[in-house]
Amino acid sequence: MSFDRNRVPSWRPGYRFQYEPAQQGHVLLYPEGMIKLNDSAGMIGGLIDGQRSVAAIIEQLQQQFPDVPEVGVDIEQFMEVARAEHWISLS
Amino acid sequence: MPSTGSASPEVPVGLPLWLLAELTYRCPLQCPYCSNPLDFANQGQELSTAQWFQVMAEAREMGAAQIGFSGGEPLVRQDLNELIGEARRLGYYTNLITSGIGLTEQKIAAFKQAGLDHIQISFQASDEQVNNLLAGSKKAFAHKLEMARAVKAHGYPMVLNFVTHRHNIDRTDRIIELCLALEADFVELATCQFYGWAQLNRAGLLPTREQLQRAERITNDYRERLKAEGNPCKLIFVTPDYYEERPKACMNGWGSIFLTVTPDGTALPCHGARQLPIAFPNVREHSLQHIWYDSFGFNRFRGFGWMPEPCRSCDEKEKDFGGCRCQAFMLTGDASNADPVCSKSDRHGVILAARAEAEYAAQSITDLAFRNERNSHLIVKS
Repeated sequence: MSFDRNRVPSWRPGYRFQYEPAQQGHVLLYPEGMIKLNDSAGMIGGLIDGQRSVAAIIEQLQQQFPDVPEVGVDIEQFMEVARAEHWISLS
Repeated sequence: MPSTGSASPEVPVGLPLWLLAELTYRCPLQCPYCSNPLDFANQGQELSTAQWFQVMAEAREMGAAQIGFSGGEPLVRQDLNELIGEARRLGYYTNLITSGIGLTEQKIAAFKQAGLDHIQISFQASDEQVNNLLAGSKKAFAHKLEMARAVKAHGYPMVLNFVTHRHNIDRTDRIIELCLALEADFVELATCQFYGWAQLNRAGLLPTREQLQRAERITNDYRERLKAEGNPCKLIFVTPDYYEERPKACMNGWGSIFLTVTPDGTALPCHGARQLPIAFPNVREHSLQHIWYDSFGFNRFRGFGWMPEPCRSCDEKEKDFGGCRCQAFMLTGDASNADPVCSKSDRHGVILAARAEAEYAAQSITDLAFRNERNSHLIVKS
């Protein structure tokens, strides 16, 4: 089953993505919990705004990292995991 | 990372990611399993708004990302709205942990405006009569239901917390059904942990093994159903460690990620630690930087150097840190002993005896010692 890149991800209501200086990285905060995101997840997360589609996020990061061939696949994988964990919804 | 004064230089000190702000011990309810200290009625003066602002700013600077406003009942603090606003301004994820008593729809809306991220409401049971008996209030249950609906209507994520024990754990299916009907995002089915008032009432609260296994099985069935339906509601089942053979990794290790500040400003590595024979530092006298990294109390059980046998040579010590220091103190008289939950502890017999007692305990709910000022004074005197 192929991933529909036209879908638009948004964070689940009440979940907050932010940079934590003390941890030198991005986190996803939710009721009484926190996920520490690695650098690439942090970059993808920073582009989730309820407006950009997955395709737009891929395009933006491909421009930023032209030497990395797997950007699109990595982003799709992130979206699959984030949706399965109910961190995001895809509309 | 600053780690001056660590008792175990080989183990780096973590960041205090979680700040539990126990704003007050005042509470309109009287739950007989309250984790507040038995002598709560004799505690000192509450911190002022300005003092809490200072605590929140210092902890945030040190890396705290989650703040829980708790108590007692945090809603009785008149400055709660201001505290929420400041916490959110500092960048915290703000959690209000409440019984819902004293909550109104106006407050729910005002807190949202101030920046509150999440509200957790605790229930005493799925059943009105049991709930009201345990809470010591006649109209508690209906009000909680109304507030839970309002929390969702205002767009908050919601955690519903049920403390379960032998008098309500057989209703686990009804508890879960109620939470689903209220559209909870998370449900905590937290079997009573035996600290504070719960320890005093243990014989009347500890479920039998059979009760526990049944409740866990029902919870697992619901988990599968929810997953199949794509329902995001998450069920969190907390077992009482009295039925385990290895202790819990309490607080993820002493002074590792968790910092509690009590109503009078005493700083603790966990909310139960006040009972230990350790002079814990107070935020009125010391900076949080000093408290977290340099104080005796926060370094007392960091690392592994403090452990006697059987923990010292145990190959699981890095997994569970020897269990809970408060439980070791309550059940053996020495906080550095292995938590008796561990079957390797020579005091494991007290746990086995408590399990056996649960099989024939006959206390009804009304026999429990309710958490109120009168009982607090009586218990402390005796």
